[in-house]
Amino acid sequence: MIKPPKRKDVRRADRIFFWVIRSLSALLVLALVSMGLFLFDASELAIKKNGFVSFILSSDWDPVQDVYGALPVIFGTVVSSLLSLLIAFPLSVGIALFLNEIAPAKLARAVGFLVEMLAAIPSVIYGLWGIFVLVPWLRTHVQPFLIAKFGFLPIFQGPAYGVGMFSAGLILSLMILPTISSISREVFAAIPRIQRESALALGATRWEMIKLAVLKSSKGGLFGAMMLGLGRALGETMAVTMVIGNRAQIVSSLFAPAQTMASVIANEYAEATSDIHLSSLALVGLLLFLVTFLTSSIARILIWRVK
Amino acid sequence: MRKKLLLLSFALFHSALFSQATTLINGAGATFPYPLYSRWFSDYQKVSPTTQINYQSIGSGGGIRQFTDKTIDFGATDSPMTDEQLKKVGEPVIHIPTAIGSVVVSYNLPNQKKLKLNSDLIAAIFLGDLKKWEDPRLKKLNPDLSVSGDIVVIHRSDGSGTTAVFTDYLAKVSPQWKEKVGTGTSVKFPVGLGGKGNEGVAGLIKQTPLSLGYIEFVYAKTNQLPVSTLQNAKGEFVEPTLASLTAAANAMMGSMPQDYRLSITNSAGKGSYPLSSFTYLLIRQDMSGSEKGTALVGFLKWALKEGQKTAAALEYAPLPAALEKKLQNTVQTIKVAK
Repeated sequence: MIKPPKRKDVRRADRIFFWVIRSLSALLVLALVSMGLFLFDASELAIKKNGFVSFILSSDWDPVQDVYGALPVIFGTVVSSLLSLLIAFPLSVGIALFLNEIAPAKLARAVGFLVEMLAAIPSVIYGLWGIFVLVPWLRTHVQPFLIAKFGFLPIFQGPAYGVGMFSAGLILSLMILPTISSISREVFAAIPRIQRESALALGATRWEMIKLAVLKSSKGGLFGAMMLGLGRALGETMAVTMVIGNRAQIVSSLFAPAQTMASVIANEYAEATSDIHLSSLALVGLLLFLVTFLTSSIARILIWRVK
Repeated sequence: MRKKLLLLSFALFHSALFSQATTLINGAGATFPYPLYSRWFSDYQKVSPTTQINYQSIGSGGGIRQFTDKTIDFGATDSPMTDEQLKKVGEPVIHIPTAIGSVVVSYNLPNQKKLKLNSDLIAAIFLGDLKKWEDPRLKKLNPDLSVSGDIVVIHRSDGSGTTAVFTDYLAKVSPQWKEKVGTGTSVKFPVGLGGKGNEGVAGLIKQTPLSLGYIEFVYAKTNQLPVSTLQNAKGEFVEPTLASLTAAANAMMGSMPQDYRLSITNSAGKGSYPLSSFTYLLIRQDMSGSEKGTALVGFLKWALKEGQKTAAALEYAPLPAALEKKLQNTVQTIKVAK
């Protein structure tokens, strides 16, 4: 940490300002640490009763019997997030490339603004839109088509409810798209112009220039962008809860209902009365906290290295 | 301008100093009776201007937790506290039923105006034993039922009093449900899709043809959702109405325990709707610690008498008259500061 300057000629106001800023940032770190500690403390009972590992590995979640296993909700979180990345990542990188490398500046500014606007929409709006627009469309058009053409794949089997893992993944992909695309744009913008010009000067086509000069040297940064998107997808609650069908189960079909870590907390915390139920929900929260903390940290480190 | 402001601030200061001190009472809990309670609290403030009651609808579970931790003056819950929960409070607690709520079974069937169900059918559908609309068991009760296809079962995904009432009923009528699933605010449903909140379930039912799910009565009524008639323990097919809810409570009065913790689902009275339940306020027996007790008792007396009239207007079924009398006596036993 930087030491405050001791020289007498430094003004008092500067010193006060320094200390205010310093304590504010310390407060932020403190808040993070205390959050972790709180979750750890609240989940102590569940850890004691189940054991940390067996809590993660058992798959029965039954509040009536007071039996809690987190595997189905971990599965739900991981699969829905990965599905959303699978859709959003190529799309976002494509958008970023188009806006930075191909589109005229005016268009790029307008479209870039609109894409970033997606991040400003509250997640409950995404959820409502999901229930009333996306889900009926998936049920009547997309899912029957996929079942008819690709029904031999285990991921596209079963009845088309509309709600389920598939619609949750789609909604999530829309929500993380602005995050990934705007960071990707920054990563591309950090690449020196001369690199692109050299590629072109050596006779590269525009595609070859993008491949050699832009994409190749921004791998780390793009990975970081992806991880930040993943971090957002992992923790998203409201929109997912509204379209995922809320059923804690592990099945191969993406059309089946599922449940995520965040949504089980949102669903059950308010009405949970037994201590072990509350504690188990806190433990799910702790797991989610650790997972998102780790993914975001990895992402940050990767982006820093690029810069 | 400055003069005016000065005068105004003086007037405010003056009124704050010299008006009668208001008693502030804080409560929290069930979301189901929230519209009724907020109406009651504002109505009561007109009756007794010195009493101000704040209520947060954080859910029955949260209400019980905060009541136990003594962070609030009274709690509110849809299903009564269990013996274990009462023990944790560490002092005597009084349950005051305030109104009757109920749960209805709604559905999305094109071209089907009416649907009759009985306890066996509901249990079979929610257990996943009855899977198709063309099943002869459904046809037997509804000869005009013309749809066929898979039944899409929809239930609440969030913990709720609605689920507690619904599963309490199923456990009473189906031994298999009692053994396999049980009762509670959150249960592990054998089949179906979960929607968050009444609005989530209603949204899913509206969006999914051939679906069937349970919703809180007031919500279904205000949103004009189709509602099935249910066969009660007497064999009659009954629609959910305020009269049939009060009838359900009335028929159970004989078995009403001293502490009012009574489930009135599957009530066997004439014309009684089988999926109904009381909603409760939780009060500590000993309120002598502050002047809040006196104010709260005043409110309770009012709510059980005058308040019952507003209940019906808001689609909450009023308590049977006999119960109201008993409750007035119980309210008298609350210890208040002298």
